[in-house]
Amino acid sequence: MTVIETPTRITTPSVVDGVGASATRPDGVPKVDGSFIYSSDEYHDGSLWGVTLRSPHPRARILAIDTSQAEGIDGVRCVLTHRDVPGSKTYGMKVYDEPVLAFDEVRYQGEPVAVVAASHPEIARRACELIVVDYEELVPNTDPEMSLTGRVDGLFGGGLARHVRIRHGDVGAARALADVVVEGRYEMGTQDPAFLGPESGLAVPLGDGGVELYVSCQNLHLDQQQVADCLGLPLDKVRLVLSGVGGAFGGKEDLNVHIHACMLALRTGRPVRMVYSREESFFGHVHRHPAIADIELGATRDGRLLFTKVRLVLDGGAYTSTSQVVIANGCYFAAGAYDVANVEIDGFATYTNNPPCGAMRGFGAVQSCYAIESAMDRLAAALEMHPLELRMRNAIGEGDMLPTGQPVDGPAPVQEILAYLRDLPLPAGVDHGTADMRARPGGVGNVTRGEGIRRGVGYALGMKAIGFSGGMDDTCTARVTVWIRDGEPVAEVYCAGPELGQGVVTLEAQIARTELGVRTVELRDKDTDIAESGASSASRQSWMTAGAVAGACGLVRDEILARGARALGRPAGELTLDGPEIRDPAGHPLVPVAEVLGPEAVSHAFTYRHRPTEPVDDERGQGNAHVAFAYAAHRAVVDVDVELGLVKVVEMATAQDVGKAMNPAGVEGQIEGGTVQGLGLAVMEELQITDGRVRNPSFTDYLIPTMLDVPPMPMKIFEFPHPDSPYGLNGVGEPPNLSSTPAILNALRDATGLELPRAPVRPSDLITEPPDGRAEPE
Amino acid sequence: MLRPSSWRGAMLLRSQYPDASPICGGTDLMVDINFGRARPATLLDLTSVEDIDSWELIDDGRTVRIGAGMSYTRIIDELSGLCPALAQAARTIGSPQIRNRGTVAGNLATASPAGDSHPVLLACWAQVEAESVRGLRLIDIDDFFVGPKRSALEPDELIRAVRVPAATGPQQFAKVGPRNAMVIATVSFALNLDTATPRVGTGIGSAGPTPLRARAAEQMLQDSLDDRWDAPGSVDEDVGRQFGALVAEAASPIDDVRGSAEYRRHALAVLGRRCLSWALQDLGEGEVAA
Ligand SMILES: Cc1cc2nc3c(=O)[nH]c(=O)nc-3n(C[C@H](O)[C@H](O)[C@H](O)COP(=O)(O)OP(=O)(O)OC[C@H]3O[C@@H](n4cnc5c(N)ncnc54)[C@H](O)[C@@H]3O)c2cc1C
Repeated sequence: MTVIETPTRITTPSVVDGVGASATRPDGVPKVDGSFIYSSDEYHDGSLWGVTLRSPHPRARILAIDTSQAEGIDGVRCVLTHRDVPGSKTYGMKVYDEPVLAFDEVRYQGEPVAVVAASHPEIARRACELIVVDYEELVPNTDPEMSLTGRVDGLFGGGLARHVRIRHGDVGAARALADVVVEGRYEMGTQDPAFLGPESGLAVPLGDGGVELYVSCQNLHLDQQQVADCLGLPLDKVRLVLSGVGGAFGGKEDLNVHIHACMLALRTGRPVRMVYSREESFFGHVHRHPAIADIELGATRDGRLLFTKVRLVLDGGAYTSTSQVVIANGCYFAAGAYDVANVEIDGFATYTNNPPCGAMRGFGAVQSCYAIESAMDRLAAALEMHPLELRMRNAIGEGDMLPTGQPVDGPAPVQEILAYLRDLPLPAGVDHGTADMRARPGGVGNVTRGEGIRRGVGYALGMKAIGFSGGMDDTCTARVTVWIRDGEPVAEVYCAGPELGQGVVTLEAQIARTELGVRTVELRDKDTDIAESGASSASRQSWMTAGAVAGACGLVRDEILARGARALGRPAGELTLDGPEIRDPAGHPLVPVAEVLGPEAVSHAFTYRHRPTEPVDDERGQGNAHVAFAYAAHRAVVDVDVELGLVKVVEMATAQDVGKAMNPAGVEGQIEGGTVQGLGLAVMEELQITDGRVRNPSFTDYLIPTMLDVPPMPMKIFEFPHPDSPYGLNGVGEPPNLSSTPAILNALRDATGLELPRAPVRPSDLITEPPDGRAEPE
Repeated sequence: MLRPSSWRGAMLLRSQYPDASPICGGTDLMVDINFGRARPATLLDLTSVEDIDSWELIDDGRTVRIGAGMSYTRIIDELSGLCPALAQAARTIGSPQIRNRGTVAGNLATASPAGDSHPVLLACWAQVEAESVRGLRLIDIDDFFVGPKRSALEPDELIRAVRVPAATGPQQFAKVGPRNAMVIATVSFALNLDTATPRVGTGIGSAGPTPLRARAAEQMLQDSLDDRWDAPGSVDEDVGRQFGALVAEAASPIDDVRGSAEYRRHALAVLGRRCLSWALQDLGEGEVAA
């Protein structure tokens, strides 16, 4: 496969539903009318059901496992434990440390210990209950501060997964010059991705000893590698097909049912379905790392930041997953989107016996954005300066140096983003005497008619790298084929980049329409028969897929025009392709594509690469690690009932630079969704974990925002074209998730005058008044 | 699955299949089944039983008799005037889908301390019609909740209806949860100023092993109102504070994932005070409905 220049031009801008149009999603109607096939719907004649037995303990030694009773039940086809894992006993995205099925020890509550295949899921569940596991319970290590010592018995690395150091300038010298110094500690609880489509899939054994797996995931090829290693099979005997993904947010980057379903299918010779229940799902995927951040900021009297010092601890739980990369990303952006010359950042990722944490939308930068943006408001208060003014004075711009020593390139329109929020009128106050109760804190609960309500306004700014950082050579391949059907050219796009709901399949078709002028585009199933696309993560898939699909379209177009040139006896450079016709420079049709191609198809693959990056060094964390940067900011307006601690988020205004809105409706959806996920993290979403045990693994008690919690979201989408990317686009999915949470926290601080050192806030954190209402102003 | 079409048939099946689980809206039972907490071998489906999905006035129009199959949505639509606090509680329950299916009878049989109809039924001195092949009995709501998720229903009994006295004065229901809709109560409170008797009724949810009545608060308010039921404007603000404090004292909450005991007491004191102030205002304006 060839590598050519990045395509950035739009060939036929007039095309219907091409790049830049709010084209309808191909999966939209089926998802609404129920005909869409999610991975939990996958079915095959004669399939068995697989069920997982999980550890009830956060830490225990496994003394013995007796499966004989379970095997004796009618309808049970097999019961497998670690002894039955054919290949590598462990897997992982970065390090193979997570057992396929636990051996010797379990390290977190919910760790898989055995799997059962049976003719009915209920039989499999009952069989699981009859597996006798003899555990010797051990005291779990659950305090990340202890793990920092690196000397905790029973944890990998003694508890320390990675220490990232970033040193830039001279913090000591800058401190001596600072007029104002503020310090603070900011904590964040554990957020769950809470996708609605649970982990699920179907494994089908093949006659040649191989296996085919239909599954919902974020990276088919990385999954294929791990599955093959653990099954002890060569890669070409393990074929993965992307099934319908009901949301992921990072939580489906790690394997879930994959190896288990394949083991059961290969052992029984029958197709095997697995679907986690809602409760099991909370144990079946990684969470967002809980965080503790200590931040010290120093500034001059007039609000120029002189130094930033950060200590960030992210608890990764029992296994590595992506912890070392999450902490790195958290550290890269721990000083925020500000131009500050002197920076010291120490980031630690720990192991404990808490549930494993890994990728989740924002990838470490959510935690650090929350912390630095909270600290910026504290600094603004100390300087008696408007928080937006302080941000505008220090906002990073093109050419400024990041703490990692990389100069900011590409558009950095932070001033424009903040100015939008500054100039947008504030929403009107609510007359609580007459307003609908849904407009008040507490909503339909009918708890106030205006008593105790205070309004607050808060701002936050976020910045993050787009794409894989730190020297990863990261590719995406697409194949585009054009042939003639009923006299018209039809294009097929084939690319493995997973569709998680973000709309990458819509873009694939839009790009083919734009580049080839075709009306009909077919999208082939995503599987591992084509070369890799990398993960739908790091806000990178639209960028990478666009590069690959546009590149392949270009090769196809060139070949069609070359054939046309031959047929017409004119130089190819004079010809343009516009759907069914080849035209001359004046736009006159010369020959139908159907005539040029006849019964033949033209097919090309293209592999796209972004610009190279390099790792940062261990000592000072310096290096040009990033492909690109994206920026977003929020202004939150909240009403708080300070007697009951209940919140109504009144409005979330936001602005973001997206480079090019490839599909404006899709962009708006991402910004709204990211903002709401951040709102959840600000005021309700927390997996409550005590002594390594999850206390609320259900949607009854793990609360995510409902429609009535979602406020109006005025937004400004800036399109400053990115110089390095296809069509000038930039990543969109994660940035709105960064600044949403701290904007709300800052608004709550503004409303209550409280420090609020922890997110999400609970009602009891927000009470400023005694219950007898004596402090209530008339 | 047993699917009787008449109440008589339901009674017979109930006695023949004592292990069968009755199911009405299914919004509690199906959750238990999905989470593996209940695995009933047989279901007794009450949704096809005639004449239990509506309401009627009895006792010369003084009492509303609500059939076991009547959904929350219909309670909101049809009983906002006669049973304002019950309708308000119904508005806070679940989502539109849950309100279309869920019933007060199911709420009662589950007998969760967090059941949102319960504080209202306490505040209104409701009665539960429990019936078996042995006959019909009326259970006073004060005798109905006997422990956490335990009620006075006998194993062979079904709830046929709930009798709720029609409002004669202001009623309030307020519920606190960390989400603005579709949330299990962290704590809830109901208040009923019955001007006919006259007397004061209260109910507390999610703050003890069972739904509770705040007796001392009722008594205190009754004494304060005394002969001022017609001139509530003269009731001192201190009464509101005392009332809130007594409501909080009546609770015996615990710490759990939904909130701390301390927060629950605090919130009850606030809800008690606020509900009273709204009710007194309505009383002053001569309004019945909230
Ligand atoms: C998403 C969701 C949100 C919810 N939100 C709330 C909320 O905000 N507040 C709240 O209080 N509840 C809530 N619930 C719980 C539930 O909706 C209510 O308790 C509802 O009132 C149950 O009524 P049902 O008819 O659906 O009961 P079912 O599930 O049909 O039955 C519940 C129990 O009652 C028994 N039963 C049913 N009918 C009878 C009868 N006639 N006689 C004897 N026994 C009977 C059943 O055997 C079962 O044990 C929620 C549930 C869900 C799933």
